Amino acid sequence: MNIRLIKDLLFKRISASLLLISVCVVLLIIIGLSAKSIPLLENQNLWEILTQSIWSPLKGNFGFLPFIMGTIWVTLISLIIAVPLCILSSVYLVEYATDRLRNSVLPLMNVLAAIPPVLYGVWGVLFVVPMVGQWIAPIFGVNASGYSVLSGGIVLAVMIFPIMVSIIVEVLKTIPQELKAASLSLGATKWETIKKVILKKAKPGIIAAVVLAISRAFGETIAVLMVCGNIPRVPQSIFDAGYPIPALIANNFGEMMSIPLYDSALMFAALLLFVIIFGFNLISRIILNRLEEEA
Amino acid sequence: MYAHPSIETKETQDIASSSTPHIQIKDLNVHIDGKHILKNINLSIPNNSITSIIGPSGCGKTTLLKTLNRLMDDSKGVEINGSVLVNGEDIYAKDAEVTHIRKKMGLLSQRPFPLPMSIYDNIAYGPRIHGQRNKKVLTEIVEKQLKNVGLWEEVKDRLDSSATSLSIGQQQRLCLARGLAVQPEIILGDESTSALDPISTQTIENLLVELKKDYTIVLVTHILRQARRVSDYIIFVYNGEIVEFGKTEDVLLNPKNEITQQYVKGFIS
Repeated sequence: MNIRLIKDLLFKRISASLLLISVCVVLLIIIGLSAKSIPLLENQNLWEILTQSIWSPLKGNFGFLPFIMGTIWVTLISLIIAVPLCILSSVYLVEYATDRLRNSVLPLMNVLAAIPPVLYGVWGVLFVVPMVGQWIAPIFGVNASGYSVLSGGIVLAVMIFPIMVSIIVEVLKTIPQELKAASLSLGATKWETIKKVILKKAKPGIIAAVVLAISRAFGETIAVLMVCGNIPRVPQSIFDAGYPIPALIANNFGEMMSIPLYDSALMFAALLLFVIIFGFNLISRIILNRLEEEA
Repeated sequence: MYAHPSIETKETQDIASSSTPHIQIKDLNVHIDGKHILKNINLSIPNNSITSIIGPSGCGKTTLLKTLNRLMDDSKGVEINGSVLVNGEDIYAKDAEVTHIRKKMGLLSQRPFPLPMSIYDNIAYGPRIHGQRNKKVLTEIVEKQLKNVGLWEEVKDRLDSSATSLSIGQQQRLCLARGLAVQPEIILGDESTSALDPISTQTIENLLVELKKDYTIVLVTHILRQARRVSDYIIFVYNGEIVEFGKTEDVLLNPKNEITQQYVKGFIS
């Protein structure tokens, strides 16, 4: 056979097997995490693990509620801050900004997204934590260190901002000019058109962007870990410390492995995180796909 | 070269003087990204009749239509000089307020673009933004306008379903009804039937002919036969200039200008 054809075939086979390997890695992670979680699940039932709030590995209590709630608090706060901000920024960029401004801001978003999380963490410790402790908490009459779910939420909000803006801008760009013209030609103002037509039409895409941001926020580890306080208790207010799931794994893995079931518990935490993020990614993918089909 | 047509010719004077025209265009020049798209347009559009703008692709006919309700403002790199008088008011004057200008003109675009809401809300959208909150009045408007475009019998049982569930011909009629609901005086159509099947096209054409007793209608079309079927007057635009303007039969059957002749006979398109 011709050497060129052999090369061609070889290339096809090699790239196929490399693809297979990367898919296998994901499968192996799932299998590995599940297998390692089994000892914990044999010891306690799933419902207890997820709903109990006492975490004392030495006594054999593995209640995940503080970590689940910590993750939810931090994520929710970041969304409350970031979602309105992102929607309004994107609307401004697409509907009002000049081409020049848009073309300089969007690449900047990519730069922001590429900053290593640890830098956001440092910024959080140096700036956000003191701000929350010394400025925001006193306004509400609370005495707090500043290491809190609020600080985590603020840092996360800044981190998910670029990815959300980029996606929402893309979504808004797909809305046909004629649809806006239809609303404008009825005598609607630009703001009425944005509020009642553009945002309505863009809703599925915005939801997909938010869901994608949630999965990013859920998994973010180091920056949140640095500002959150990391106390395994269910937070009662935004100024309380929290302990998100990724921080739990990063802080404790490799230590105290002599404690029975501890590594199994951490593996279960990892599995939980994996399932949640996988689910959210799947949801946003489905929404975005449906959107592309419609367009 | 063809002669610069001007509003001062005897014939157009006759057209314009029938009554005070809704739309008068004076010395209009439009540049897009530095290109001269519309050149020295002077025009009076006759009331209560259908005027079709015809001409080859890219000659500026859609631009001409869109300058009438200031929709060109939204595009980037557009520079507009001159004046467009609607009921004697210059819509390009510095202090002109754009939303009430647009409200006077219903726009029917190339493809129907129903708003992302129910059939009912599509019609009620315009009256609502102009302050009509009374549910009973809104329902009356919806029914009246849907009847106006012959859509009522087809949709009266599903007013709450999404407007996108309608067929494309129905959607275009819905869009016409939506425009009529804000009580415009003028209807602008931008190749409004180009996406429709022959039967829907006929429905829309018949509607427009019916509506001209109450409205001044300006259509852009690239279909000569359509222009002949529906319009009373024809404006032939070539290279951004008005080459010929007159009664339909005059322009199509006895064009004065050589370029109009060539276009009408199909030598250029």
